[in-house]
Amino acid sequence: MTVMEQRGAYRPTPPPAWQPRMDPAPLLPDAEPYRVLGTERAAQADPELLRRLHAQLVRGRRYNTQATALTRQGRLAVYPSSTGQEACEVAAALALEERDWLFPSYRDTLAAVARGVDPVEALTLLRGDWHTGYDPYAHRVAPLCTPLATQLPHAVGLAHAARLKGDDVVALAMVGDGGTSEGDFHEALNFAAVWQAPVVFLVQNNGFAISVPLAKQTAAPSLAHKAVGYGMPGRLVDGNDALAVHEVLTDAVRHAREGGGPTLVEAVTYRMEAHTNADDATRYRGDAEVEAWREHDPIALVECELATRGLLDEPRRKGVQDAAEAMAASLRERMNQDPALDPDDLFAHVYAAPTPQLREQQALLHAELEAERDRA
Amino acid sequence: MTTVAVKPATFAQALNRALRDAMAADPAVHVMGEDVGTLGGVFRVTDGLAKEFGDDRCTDTPLAEAGILGTAVGMAMYGLRPVVEMQFDAFAYPAFEQVISHVAKMRNRTRGRMPLPITIRVPYGGGIGGVEHHSDSSEAYYAATPGLHVVTPATVADAYGLLRAAIASDDPVVFLEPKRLYWSKDTWNPEEPPHVEPIGRAVARRSGGSATLITYGPSLPVCLEAAEAAQAEGWDLEVVDLRSLVPFDDDTVCASVRRTGRAVVVHESGSFGGPGGEIAARVTERCFHHLEAPVLRVGGFDIPYPPPMLERHHLPGVDRILDAVARLQWEAES
Repeated sequence: MTVMEQRGAYRPTPPPAWQPRMDPAPLLPDAEPYRVLGTERAAQADPELLRRLHAQLVRGRRYNTQATALTRQGRLAVYPSSTGQEACEVAAALALEERDWLFPSYRDTLAAVARGVDPVEALTLLRGDWHTGYDPYAHRVAPLCTPLATQLPHAVGLAHAARLKGDDVVALAMVGDGGTSEGDFHEALNFAAVWQAPVVFLVQNNGFAISVPLAKQTAAPSLAHKAVGYGMPGRLVDGNDALAVHEVLTDAVRHAREGGGPTLVEAVTYRMEAHTNADDATRYRGDAEVEAWREHDPIALVECELATRGLLDEPRRKGVQDAAEAMAASLRERMNQDPALDPDDLFAHVYAAPTPQLREQQALLHAELEAERDRA
Repeated sequence: MTTVAVKPATFAQALNRALRDAMAADPAVHVMGEDVGTLGGVFRVTDGLAKEFGDDRCTDTPLAEAGILGTAVGMAMYGLRPVVEMQFDAFAYPAFEQVISHVAKMRNRTRGRMPLPITIRVPYGGGIGGVEHHSDSSEAYYAATPGLHVVTPATVADAYGLLRAAIASDDPVVFLEPKRLYWSKDTWNPEEPPHVEPIGRAVARRSGGSATLITYGPSLPVCLEAAEAAQAEGWDLEVVDLRSLVPFDDDTVCASVRRTGRAVVVHESGSFGGPGGEIAARVTERCFHHLEAPVLRVGGFDIPYPPPMLERHHLPGVDRILDAVARLQWEAES
């Protein structure tokens, strides 16, 4: 017998580390996105919840159209509209308790506003100011995050710290489909699963990362499937079905709070507007696709259910619309006032106390401003 | 008179004691990184901390630098004071986005509401025969980022004193630990807790009147050796240890140069775009009328960090420093 033949005959028992450590089946998402609206399950939905979701959706849509209008007037430097995705935004806010934390990305102003952040302050960064506007601790909303997916490990760390301190706080972190390709997405999910941190990751899969469609972003069966490799459950949900997103997120938040660890939720939705006002969406997608999604509008889906159950009469519909209009009018009026800017603020919060070098530069700026005033 | 038993301690032991004292003093202090737990860190700086304070206070993380620092950001948001170990200088680069986009800016972005008291410990520099990607001098990258303090101790006492100050700071501190000094020793009085050194103050380690060597971290012992050697040539060199690149102690540095009239900046990192250029410019701006010669720089070469078999040619040694000192006998070319 040759040495190779001897080796071929050698069949040792695999070491323990080679054994599968977990049955992946319970972690796998369903093949189809979970839906409630338009199915028989919707009949069991709490009428008050349906009405709350509806009011928030209408208000959110109006916020999006008003903010977009403000970009045309030059009052906002940029606005990434979430029109079409309002169900995800609203459900994210409503799934959390007051003590929980929300980690939004740059498109998630609505979720922040739905959580109580002042509508004008939520736009501070987007209007071109240097700071985030709101106090993150006031409503437990982290600053809107512009770099992609980098806020996800923050959510993991915060949730982990809360658990270490014995607080039953959950962090919900939002990211887009494009963000799932970033390394920070991978690292955040891995840390969360290893630490069993009370975190929920909500991926709003709106079909495009600016112009690049999902098929060029990932080869996975779905983004929710990515969860299995980290050892956490993946859930796939219809992102335009506010009731379904709310139910899935509420479940995931409860699971995390009870010590069950993280969940990855993929909400399949669609961005009806361009990436931002600076983008031309007609270059990368056709009208037919947009129209198909218009038929699946998150507000229409809820209104249909409310109407079927006799929960939305005309006075109520008008009340909701008037409230949204009043919010928009206030937003418009306040955004049309020039913000008070103080150049000294540029140096005030770089360090706890300015370095000697910053104090010198601040003095230089003061001299420049004085010279400017003298010339005027 | 009773004499207290004074025993030697290494730089690494001083860091270890600083971590232990900080963790004992404040339950919010958490140490995290790769291999910091059971192993005690590849340089043993975290030796025994997991055993003493538990895995939750000294945590072996998954191997992912961006994830380590990114989760530390979240922990700091919730009131903890994470001390993060980046195992080697060049392995810290995946975490750069977190450093620059979040750690350095969060206080500013939130108008002071969300300071991030994170200490980022980075073993840096060469001279220990490390293979590739184990010997980078990365201080210029951090020093160029507003919002960070950049600190690098060169003595055993400062290893303790500055690390305690870094952990106590409400600002993020990049704490650069010169790898080749980990095993350097000094005497240590176990009866007296070492002094906590405020961040941002340079100190003269040797006084002299002929010229000033401005240096920090791994190059301090080399400069002190060069100063001794220069004595034989009739040069009495002052050696200033910066200890902190940000904030920069212009006052101490310039007071020395105004007195000596000549200066050489010595560091291990590459010369072009390295801290030496910035320091030379600052000194020139403030001391122009006191200078007898241009401020010179002695740094590493502008090459990727060389393999261990050639690194002695790259690192600024006594000869290269003495050559620069000789050039300070400036005579204007006609």
